[in-house]
Amino acid sequence: MMKFLKIKPTVGLLSIPYSLIFIFFFFIPLTLTFIISFWDYNEYSIIPDFIFENYSYIFKDCFNFEKDMCVTFKTYLSTFIFCFVTWFFTLIIGFFVAYFLAFYVNSITWQIVLFLLCTIPFWTSNVIRMISWIPLLGRNGLVNDFLLSTGLADAPQEWLLYSGFSIVLAFVHLYTLFMIVPIFNSMMRIDKSIIEAAYDNGANGLQILWNVIIPLCKPGIVIGSIFVITVVMGDFITIGIMGGQQIPSIGKIIYVEMSYLQLPAAAANAVILLALTLLIIWIMTKMIDIRKEL
Amino acid sequence: MLNKKNKTYYVCVFFFCLFVLFLYGPTFTIVLLSFQGPDGGLTFPLNGVSTYWFKELWRGGSVVDIGSAFKRSIILGLIVMVLTVLLSVSAGLAFRKKFWGSDTLFFATVASLIVPSIVLSLGVALQFRLLDDLTKWLGSTFDINYINEFFQTTLGMFTSGLGAQLTWTLPFGLLIMFAVFNRFDKSYEEAARDLGATPWKTFKEVVFPLIAPSIIGIALFGFTLSYDELARSSQVMGAGNTLPLELKGLTTTVTTPVIYALGTVTTFVSFSVIGISIACYIWLKRKRG
Repeated sequence: MMKFLKIKPTVGLLSIPYSLIFIFFFFIPLTLTFIISFWDYNEYSIIPDFIFENYSYIFKDCFNFEKDMCVTFKTYLSTFIFCFVTWFFTLIIGFFVAYFLAFYVNSITWQIVLFLLCTIPFWTSNVIRMISWIPLLGRNGLVNDFLLSTGLADAPQEWLLYSGFSIVLAFVHLYTLFMIVPIFNSMMRIDKSIIEAAYDNGANGLQILWNVIIPLCKPGIVIGSIFVITVVMGDFITIGIMGGQQIPSIGKIIYVEMSYLQLPAAAANAVILLALTLLIIWIMTKMIDIRKEL
Repeated sequence: MLNKKNKTYYVCVFFFCLFVLFLYGPTFTIVLLSFQGPDGGLTFPLNGVSTYWFKELWRGGSVVDIGSAFKRSIILGLIVMVLTVLLSVSAGLAFRKKFWGSDTLFFATVASLIVPSIVLSLGVALQFRLLDDLTKWLGSTFDINYINEFFQTTLGMFTSGLGAQLTWTLPFGLLIMFAVFNRFDKSYEEAARDLGATPWKTFKEVVFPLIAPSIIGIALFGFTLSYDELARSSQVMGAGNTLPLELKGLTTTVTTPVIYALGTVTTFVSFSVIGISIACYIWLKRKRG
């Protein structure tokens, strides 16, 4: 009896509550989404079945190349463009902010303070941060006032707000932090003597950046890219608010289908979106081991 | 070494300042505009300075019931915060050694951060819808009076809403714990154990004080991410909306600076929470050192 009681309660058991949350609110919901994407539905309810109509409807006319591009492909194409442009700008800006913090700020205290300065907006409301662009970019906004008063434009510029431009601007505004954090983390791990060695061997600043720092930051860049790309892929709120509800996205399609209670159709779209997202991540993680980077 | 005061240094400083301006500038504008005079509109110029729009917000004029949405968000945020701290700290402790399913759980954690939020929201909504159907079916099959008369839905802020938000906050908590334990000096713990401390006592007297500042960080993530969460919550809150959900609705309907006043208030709440957390963090660090 004593011996039985002495079996060491393993520390692993402490993960049970955490695991239960993920089983109940992550594994089961995603599995159900997959299953229900094959169900039938009418106006009131969803009906257990095994049909492919939800999928074939999504790709209706998509492989008829004589016609224009189908809605699904157009939407994905537009989402991919947003992904790419946002990725490009967040990477450039994020990299240089991290570079400044890691290599030009020498006191730890200042590093922490400036890093926090970049992080604090992440803890405030995204919606507020989006609508805060309205007084700047709107028809009577500050930017237009400036353009008109200096004569740089003779009419208010309409493309500043509720456009592709404002969407990308908001994405960059909201998510550059996702690049800064992992890249900064990678940079802080770079042994400073490597840089010194490169310097002593006559490499100039640009060469050090290109041949030493960027390769060593690759894991951070990949992690940041994964975050930015996935968050843009599934977005429907930023594109909705900053696009004036006029620009389509996959997330928005799912959202609208849900509001019409076309749940299996929404589920099919969700499955495709998830599969594509996972495919992109899978390709990117081929390059690094995430767990080592923490 | 990278020379400190060369031209690149100043370019970098300038670039960083621009970035900070870009981060905070817009928020600053709406704080400014929320003090717009009563005749003012959504853009500059300021027509006088007043607290008119805050009073308007307080009265609830033209805006849905913001007060109760605000209260709901705070309560939910606090619950998410407590659960995030408890669950991610305990899971973090477990993860210090490999255990059955640890790789899967780690994969789920990372996957949860990158799964499109709308997909997760849809999944949880579907799950609770099926749960509703099941409950109703049970009620009618076994003639359970309570269900037949009173049951409406399992979907709600403290069931599906809470769960969906946890899938967003817990990964941050666990990743912070990983970062902490990767840099953790095990010798203090071993010393305690050598001196005969039980595992619980070792945790309470040695490990906990060492990780306490980081726990503040986890709490901060738990509260603020829940308080502002929108995408995952969008389909699963049931009858009562949280503040961000109401706000999103207001962006298309409200055309007065009331929305800026609300923005100023929520931003103020976020900043207070961040300030308090940072103060606690520094205090704990000092106390230890």
